[in-house]
Amino acid sequence: MDWYPLYNSLRIALISSVVVFFSGIFAAYHIAKLHPAVKGVLDVVLTLPLVLPPTVVGYFLLVLLGPRRPLGSWFMDVFQTRLVMTWYSGIFAAAVVAFPLMYRTARGAFESFDETLAFSGQTLGLSNTYIFWRIRMPACRQGILAGGVLAFARALGEYGATSMIAGYTPGKTATISTTVYQLWRTDNDALAFRWVVVNVVISAVVLLIVNLLEKRERGSRRD
Amino acid sequence: MSLYVDIKKDLGDFVLETKFEADGGVTGILGASGCGKSMTLRCIAGILRPDEGRIELDGTVFFDHREKIDLKPQQRHVGLLFQNYALFPNMTVWQNLMTGLKPYEKDKKRAAAAINTVMERFCLDGLAGHKPSQLSGGQQQRVALARIFLSKPRVLLLDEPFSALDDFLKWRLELELASLLEGFEGSTLFVSHSREEIYRVCDRVCVMEKGKSSPVIPVKQLFEAPRSKAAAVLSGCKNFSRARPAGEKKVYAEDWGVVLGYTGEAPEGFSHIGVRSHYIHPVPSGSAAGQENTFCCQVMRVVEDVFSIVVILQPKGVTEETEDTRIRVEMTKESWQESRCREKTKDEMWIHMDARDIMVLGSI
Repeated sequence: MDWYPLYNSLRIALISSVVVFFSGIFAAYHIAKLHPAVKGVLDVVLTLPLVLPPTVVGYFLLVLLGPRRPLGSWFMDVFQTRLVMTWYSGIFAAAVVAFPLMYRTARGAFESFDETLAFSGQTLGLSNTYIFWRIRMPACRQGILAGGVLAFARALGEYGATSMIAGYTPGKTATISTTVYQLWRTDNDALAFRWVVVNVVISAVVLLIVNLLEKRERGSRRD
Repeated sequence: MSLYVDIKKDLGDFVLETKFEADGGVTGILGASGCGKSMTLRCIAGILRPDEGRIELDGTVFFDHREKIDLKPQQRHVGLLFQNYALFPNMTVWQNLMTGLKPYEKDKKRAAAAINTVMERFCLDGLAGHKPSQLSGGQQQRVALARIFLSKPRVLLLDEPFSALDDFLKWRLELELASLLEGFEGSTLFVSHSREEIYRVCDRVCVMEKGKSSPVIPVKQLFEAPRSKAAAVLSGCKNFSRARPAGEKKVYAEDWGVVLGYTGEAPEGFSHIGVRSHYIHPVPSGSAAGQENTFCCQVMRVVEDVFSIVVILQPKGVTEETEDTRIRVEMTKESWQESRCREKTKDEMWIHMDARDIMVLGSI
């Protein structure tokens, strides 16, 4: 069995969820402070990928990054490489689709944060950076971690946009989800089943980690 | 030590317009909830920004909209004790106290020594490793205060420090707080909706109503000789009547339909009189008629309280019924029994108000 799809899926999911983790927190924190009207518009734009069909997201990505499109051709000129149909193309698809999950959970966590804690930090003379990293983030830890794990799980399971922007090239752009589809299409049931098992195991492990994290959180609160 | 505040903030349906000066000691801000007390404190601390005005502490200008000065909260060195104490839930007591020192104390040994000293002073021994959620309300308050003291504030702002506690704890904590405040050299602003708390804790008081503040006066004066109806209401007075002059040291109480004599000073253009419930006494009907400040009332309701009887009366001859035509009299259970045994007509009561207990009040 060729393990390349597993390796490729994991690196795409990991890289995209790291990117989404920080950009989601950044967006959630700053958008929460904006004027309600601006906030409403940005909120819709940033959450759209969650409700749009992945193929529509893939279409938009192709329009944006395709080799003959402005961004794609600029990248071609500067770095002599394409943005689509490569292994890292999957990162764009996974990141865009997973972003709303991170953004929304992080925003929910920030909104339930008791703002008087930040105020009291300020009156005590603590810097805003210290307040953000040592008071706000720890207080919102659970929501932010949950968002990160959800984003990772979603990135790992990305299929629609990925198949459009990265395609399926064995040993190059193949991920678990695109491999399962290809194997099924080509009547290779037995191998498809093995990949299904692999996928289920990984997802179950991720969920188990979430549960363990939550339990430890509750345990440390009790004592 | 002097704190000068003169600010205005317009929130559409609510306008905060407060002006007062507090020097040394403990100054109370007394007002009903939603009158803008907490908002005033937040403006002083720099968390909220007033629309216009000036805030100054001992020559340091915190805020001045004309000179475009608006110091950050971190630059103001104001200790604000929040209603919910705002302890950092992810940190232990020790770490919470450390945050008070962090901005200026870099030496670890000196920091530890300073924390040990306040922990002893605030009776927090043995709690260093606890999280705020494991502490009682009183302990949380002491940690919050200790943290503020460690940050060396120039002025102390206490926002309803007892509102989150039950009655039993309140009394003890008030005594503790009073002794801790004695060790503080700067001025303290104490915000509360409870006149009893203000009376016990503060030297001077500023009454706030609907976003407007009145001049700072000694606490004793508020309770013994309030100048306005709002101040009298906040000082606990429950009986008011519209009033107009009726001769030398006499007023006509419109809502009660009687002429009453008074001895104190009447403010110019006064509009009301007020009498405290426990300064109204029942008198025997036989000897009452014709005496000064004595009139007959209808008994409307009798409410038995824990240690006293509250009688709601309506002056005889007054037909319309409003909040102000009712007179509330508070008396001991014994004197209620006595007055009921004595009288033949059980639904009537003659009452007497001493001229020195009649407070003549302005409208603002």
